[in-house]
Amino acid sequence: MTAPIQELRPGRTDGHEPAVRLDAVSKVYGRELLALDQVALSVDRGEFVCLLGASGCGKSTLLNLVAGLDRPTAGEIDTGDARIAMMFQEPALFPWLTVSGNIELALRVTSSGKNTTKKERRARATELLEIVHLGGFGDKRPHELSGGMRQRVALARALAQEADVLLMDEPFGALDAMTRDLLHDELERIWRERELSVLFVTHNVREAVRLGDRVVLLSSRPGKVIEDFPVTLPRPRRTDSAEVAELASTITDRLRQEVLRHAKPATQPAAGAGIEK
Amino acid sequence: MISAIVLVLAIWELVVLSGWRPEYVLPGPVAVLADLWNRLGEPEFYEALGVTMRRAITGFAIAVLVGLVVGAAVSRVRPLRAALGSLITGLQTMPSIAWFPLAILFFKLSESAILFVVVLGAAPSIANGLIAGVDYTPPILLRAGHILGLRRLALYRHVILPASLPSFLSGLKQGWAFAWRSLMAGELLVIIAHQASIGEQLDNARELSDSPGLLATMIVILVIGIVVDMCFGAADNALRRRWGLDQRVG
Repeated sequence: MTAPIQELRPGRTDGHEPAVRLDAVSKVYGRELLALDQVALSVDRGEFVCLLGASGCGKSTLLNLVAGLDRPTAGEIDTGDARIAMMFQEPALFPWLTVSGNIELALRVTSSGKNTTKKERRARATELLEIVHLGGFGDKRPHELSGGMRQRVALARALAQEADVLLMDEPFGALDAMTRDLLHDELERIWRERELSVLFVTHNVREAVRLGDRVVLLSSRPGKVIEDFPVTLPRPRRTDSAEVAELASTITDRLRQEVLRHAKPATQPAAGAGIEK
Repeated sequence: MISAIVLVLAIWELVVLSGWRPEYVLPGPVAVLADLWNRLGEPEFYEALGVTMRRAITGFAIAVLVGLVVGAAVSRVRPLRAALGSLITGLQTMPSIAWFPLAILFFKLSESAILFVVVLGAAPSIANGLIAGVDYTPPILLRAGHILGLRRLALYRHVILPASLPSFLSGLKQGWAFAWRSLMAGELLVIIAHQASIGEQLDNARELSDSPGLLATMIVILVIGIVVDMCFGAADNALRRRWGLDQRVG
């Protein structure tokens, strides 16, 4: 069952309708702070899309909109009947529950888990923890685990939701490089096995190239899609490989232009041209 | 702890020795502790203690119930919050002894009058603890709950209520302190015939100019207050350890 799907990768999937589609989505905060401006973006089924941009470019805003945590001011977001899970930069585990309890809660809420017994959920949580290589940690409390382990729990919890779409908001941003590398491998494996559609936000260019089928570049203030780089390098990739570094530097140059375009008015305040009303 | 007790006893003895008050008014620690020891051997003491603790527990339990219901309602329902939010805080600052004249009008010199004031003393703190806990639920946990598909009551039950537990616990602790104070005030003001209690023993000791007995009873009141407070402290510590709140910054 998995073989034909792997053949389809890493290219983009054919004419199916996408898992996530954003059409001319804008978000205005307050009266006139334009966070997102007419963003059009789609994530195909089973596709891994990395959203890259400098801080404050509205990446997180965009994810929140897709997750339904916030509403767009204009435009349309279509996620069809996809089930959506999300991971944050913080693990956001519930400290009053054990590791297993956190996952069991997620299982309990999903439609297929509603009629399960506590025992079944417990067994399922144990399985999920093994998938993220945390077998035997079910009875620990979240604070007893390291940062990387907590993010694994958060990943297991997202998997418990049996989601089709996984939104990730800089989930590995707070981790050290080694732990991050390991988690990249695991995320890639799980993404393949589960045929997830992933929208992954990061400001780390190499991370984006390491993981994505596509890297979508977002401008700052307002957030707008400025470029869409397909990544055709064979998987699994290594963050420190020459190919990844090469593409990353191309993207970085493009990103730098974008950042400088915004930095200029700040260094010459007298010009006043960069201040949007 | 022990050094603190020794220090207090030493200062006390020094004040007595200084002759600031004659010894039949201010007896030394030895006389008082001897009196306390005698009391601890008498069944009347335990009868009085039983009555007082029964009132304390009943009153506190009712206050917890009232505090929970009011706190939950106020934290959930916006118009209620606008109407009652500051009133609850206001009630918290109201000295509970000021309620007694009204309570006695309502309930005569009865058990109910005491309980009424104990509940009014403790419930606002408990409600406020819950409200603060609900208000300060970390937004990231709310978002996580939302992503899991928890809405409204389910979100309240699985995320907001457990997240507010530490704040609720400190509300309970403060509520207990108010309940205990109100109860002592009540037992001094509302003396019910043939009903021994710690407060009544205090009043008796004053009437009979039994200074050692008076001070011994005060020590009992102090010790009960401290012991219960320590129980709440232990519960709070256990919760913090379990949740790993000690290690968290900010």
